[in-house]
Amino acid sequence: MSNLTMLDPTSELNPAERQLLPRLEQLAGATIGLLDISKPRGKEFLDEVERQLLELGATVNRYCKPTFARVAPRELNQRISVECDAVIEGLAD
Amino acid sequence: MNSDSTQSYSLVVKKACPTCELILPVIQQLARRVDLQVYVQDDPDFLESLDDINSSDDSSLEYSFHNKIEIVPTLIRRDGKEESGRIVGWDREQWREFSGIEDLGAELVAFKPGCGSMTEDPGMQEILAARFASEALSARRIDLADAEDEMEACYERGWTDGLPVVPPTPVRVLRMLAASDRAASEIVGRVPPDYAECSVEKVAINAVLAGCKPDYFPTVLAVVEAALKDEFCMHGLLCTTYFSSPVVIVNGPIVKRIGMNSGGNALGQGNRANATIGRALQLLIRNVGGGKPGGIDRATLGNPGKYTFCFAEDESDPEWPSLAMDRGFRRADSVVSLFAGDGVQPVLDQLSREPESLALSMAASLRSVAHVKKYGMADAILVVCPEHRRVFREGGWDKERLRQALYDHLMTPGTELMSGVGGMTEGMPEKFKDKLLNKFRDDGLHIVTAGGTAGMFSAIISGWVASGDKGSQLVSQKI
Repeated sequence: MSNLTMLDPTSELNPAERQLLPRLEQLAGATIGLLDISKPRGKEFLDEVERQLLELGATVNRYCKPTFARVAPRELNQRISVECDAVIEGLAD
Repeated sequence: MNSDSTQSYSLVVKKACPTCELILPVIQQLARRVDLQVYVQDDPDFLESLDDINSSDDSSLEYSFHNKIEIVPTLIRRDGKEESGRIVGWDREQWREFSGIEDLGAELVAFKPGCGSMTEDPGMQEILAARFASEALSARRIDLADAEDEMEACYERGWTDGLPVVPPTPVRVLRMLAASDRAASEIVGRVPPDYAECSVEKVAINAVLAGCKPDYFPTVLAVVEAALKDEFCMHGLLCTTYFSSPVVIVNGPIVKRIGMNSGGNALGQGNRANATIGRALQLLIRNVGGGKPGGIDRATLGNPGKYTFCFAEDESDPEWPSLAMDRGFRRADSVVSLFAGDGVQPVLDQLSREPESLALSMAASLRSVAHVKKYGMADAILVVCPEHRRVFREGGWDKERLRQALYDHLMTPGTELMSGVGGMTEGMPEKFKDKLLNKFRDDGLHIVTAGGTAGMFSAIISGWVASGDKGSQLVSQKI
């Protein structure tokens, strides 16, 4: 499976697996990005998510990938990381 | 022998060895008379021309490694499971006595030495240890997925200072450990800020990360031991909002042995030992101690030396005592000293040809350490360049004379240092007003020499503002 083994240089106080980033504690006051990956009906789905987020006091920014077939452009990723506290990606189908 | 019924022999050979080639008829003879198992290191078909040989392919070298084979051929005799003797190379009389076969190898030359076992090829011991004796290492193993890039994996796990690190594979770590006779499991101490227990193995892993050659490892271990001395105050040094960080100075014969730079650009980039020994300590504090910028490391600005700051002293002038000698060591001792220091501030003096003038220049520059009106607060290292050292030598001054002159020139009436003097609110408290103060506390100014032979540019490495008993003191550790 693996092609290389490394020895942990740390005190091993934390788990070896990569950790999730800290979760948001509340939505009120947070800026949430909604990323439409350009699949059919993604917009309708994200419209509903936006409505509910606004009700909970969040600010919503909408983004769109040019095509679902490829990873998001670097510039878009960087914009989202600067402008949002969290992002929800709208996978349709 | 009453244990004959359980007596057996093992023979380790390789085709590439002319002696092993020579003794092929002996192997045939032996196999007909005793219980013989032959292990071949390189070519499993080596014994094809012989009849009824129990031959094993040891191209993995597992048998050879576990049985500590250094030379081929090696013939091992066992009584039961216990080894009762071994012989190496070809010595007819010895083989006859060892095997009990009187006419063994009658047609061969009487003597021919063997060759090195493949287990002794350069670097092979650590590769085999990683494969067959991994219990020597106790650090957690992290297996990368096929799609993971090993350099990026180190970044993603937070192990780096921002620059790439060398992935710490078991083989690399074993090679590092092999450069010291200390056990991998030995505890060096507890590393702040988490005060996590740190083994020799963890030091080795971080030395690999930092890019150290195994040759540097004993020096790295001494650096870590010095950093963990209570009087160095590593915990506070890491946490401080001030600039400071460990500065490593190396003295003694080790400097030449591992190729450290004490000459041109000694405080700069470009020398692997200088760069990676200092970095190994920084990475250890980060990884084992858990000290990271934005976490426990609260530096307002930090300084570039927090990647690495390590250099060797120029000890080419036998009349000029080294820093290590100032600390009570001998010229023949290899010693590391750690100072809680900041960046480099130049002392430019291209005109002084008299020691008096140059010492005054240096003293005037030293006043600016931390703040021109803060006295007894930060220590400093004065790095005297070779051309400045020459001025002192030609003027008949030794290091002690320079030290005394600096001390004298740095005595200042408290009235000149008070808050408000010169329009600056910063300054010494009122209680010092009627006192004569020295810029540095006792034992607070250290003098070393380093640098290229051209340029009348010495340097000040100013220290942490928490010095002495209240903070950090220069510490030294013999390698």
